[in-house]
Amino acid sequence: MSAIEIKDFGKNYDSLQAVKGVSLLVEKGELFGLIGPDGAGKTTLMRSVCTLLKPTSGQILVNNLDTAKDIISIRKILGYMPQQFSLYQDLTVEQNLNFFADLFKVPEEERARRMVQLYRFSRLEPFKKRQSGALSGGMKQKLALSCALIHTPEILILDEPTFGVDPVSREEFWDILAAIRKEGTTILVSTAYMDEAALCDRVALMHLGEFLTMGTPAEVVNRFPFPLYRVTGENLRSLRQFFLKQPNVHATQLFGDALHVSFTEAPPRSAWRGWRQESGGNLKTCKRQPPSIEDVFMELTRKGDDGASN
Amino acid sequence: MAPQISVQTENLTRKFGHFTAVDRVNISVEKGEIFGFLGANGAGKTTMIRMLCGLLIPSSGSATVAGFDVYRQSEQIKQTIGYMSQRFSLYNDLSIEENIEFYGGIYGLSNKKIAQKKSEIFENLKLGDWAKSVTADLPLGFKQRLALGCAMLHEPAIVFLDEPTSGVDPAARRAFWELIYQTAAGGTTVFVTTHFMDEAEYCNRISIMDAGRVIALDSPENLKQQYDQPTIQKVFVELVRGKERGEMEAN
Repeated sequence: MSAIEIKDFGKNYDSLQAVKGVSLLVEKGELFGLIGPDGAGKTTLMRSVCTLLKPTSGQILVNNLDTAKDIISIRKILGYMPQQFSLYQDLTVEQNLNFFADLFKVPEEERARRMVQLYRFSRLEPFKKRQSGALSGGMKQKLALSCALIHTPEILILDEPTFGVDPVSREEFWDILAAIRKEGTTILVSTAYMDEAALCDRVALMHLGEFLTMGTPAEVVNRFPFPLYRVTGENLRSLRQFFLKQPNVHATQLFGDALHVSFTEAPPRSAWRGWRQESGGNLKTCKRQPPSIEDVFMELTRKGDDGASN
Repeated sequence: MAPQISVQTENLTRKFGHFTAVDRVNISVEKGEIFGFLGANGAGKTTMIRMLCGLLIPSSGSATVAGFDVYRQSEQIKQTIGYMSQRFSLYNDLSIEENIEFYGGIYGLSNKKIAQKKSEIFENLKLGDWAKSVTADLPLGFKQRLALGCAMLHEPAIVFLDEPTSGVDPAARRAFWELIYQTAAGGTTVFVTTHFMDEAEYCNRISIMDAGRVIALDSPENLKQQYDQPTIQKVFVELVRGKERGEMEAN
């Protein structure tokens, strides 16, 4: 039995199709990432898994329970951290944790044990008397995560938890997720940062209500079919014009002090030697560049655009 | 020929009471450079930017922006810079065209100049087909292009972009960066402040601030090599954590 089973799930808001018939299995103990930009449908999908929205079509099962029917039983086994900071700003860290423990009827002894654990994860204990509205962005996110974990849920749903969080706090947050996963908790997390995909066991790339592709981060990156090179030169703009005229060039992209060039097939060494001469010394170095999740996303949406009317 | 310097600071410092928000910062940014300005919350980025925009007087040190002195010529600085925030300051209930007219008016451009700028923006930013559309109805990527166009109306020597592409899809982001590269190639200096490390990878050079000081300054590629990390995110974490470790040992 999978932890989450999404079957041909679709959700419309009036005439807008936010999610268009997607299917997905999240296995027990997996850290699964929904990766996509604003408007992809990530929040709609997550809110539906949390029983907060009813499907327009299809079905979602959480531990084999139907999100449209078994709402109370599902909420007991889920922890949900919404995108907006939804804690009480005028309650302290400790009061917020206790409030959520009360809501989920966590017994006293268990609560004390759990608090110790959560403080260890979050390192928030020194701040437990501070009003949550006065915490930094990273600390707020850790508190929201702790509140979602207070009842020791089997499954944790996190909607863009690292949005707007600084790089160090972001790293720390992902370290915490890895530790929670190790304890056996299933995690479904969404993010608009393509680089966070690498930290998940499996990911689905989502765009305009559909899944573009799915798999382990390595599998997804390997779906970029074009050999990609990082090229440096004296004048990148003219170097780019130069490459656009060469055969077998698939695409070019400026990247700071370098140019990324992808080819329909890998050029032989002799070709690079020739280009170095033809460019009049403009071309300085070239090296193979591993594609990123963003490259894959670009490629898959480019194909999608060919037939689409919008 | 020596490159022209667009922004230069020397031991630039700003204190608030006993707290030193910006601590003896030295940076030098060339005309036409795309300069990334990174740092954790509270690192001093905003204080730094406010000083460079002529909105906040430094406590000590010196700085010039497009040749103007931050102590004595803050009004000239304000007229020489453009600013675009991630939370676009566009009027949602105005059309694209009306937003351009409005901002043109604020910058004191003549009607003739506004008309010329309008056609430039329609052409260069590919917004012409949408001129009459209400801004609220536009996709995020369009709003970004319009916001950049409005920030550039008065042809600033330096434009500050605050987290310009967070949340948009990769295609829109790359299209936007194409515009930034075009802008820089036209001689405008581009200052990008962000804590989205993937945006940093597009800059020519980046500086990383921590506790008021610039702790690293180089091209993204050189920083990755120097610290032997695959991404700027990792470089950043390594730098800040390494510094914390060092402080603990020193104590």
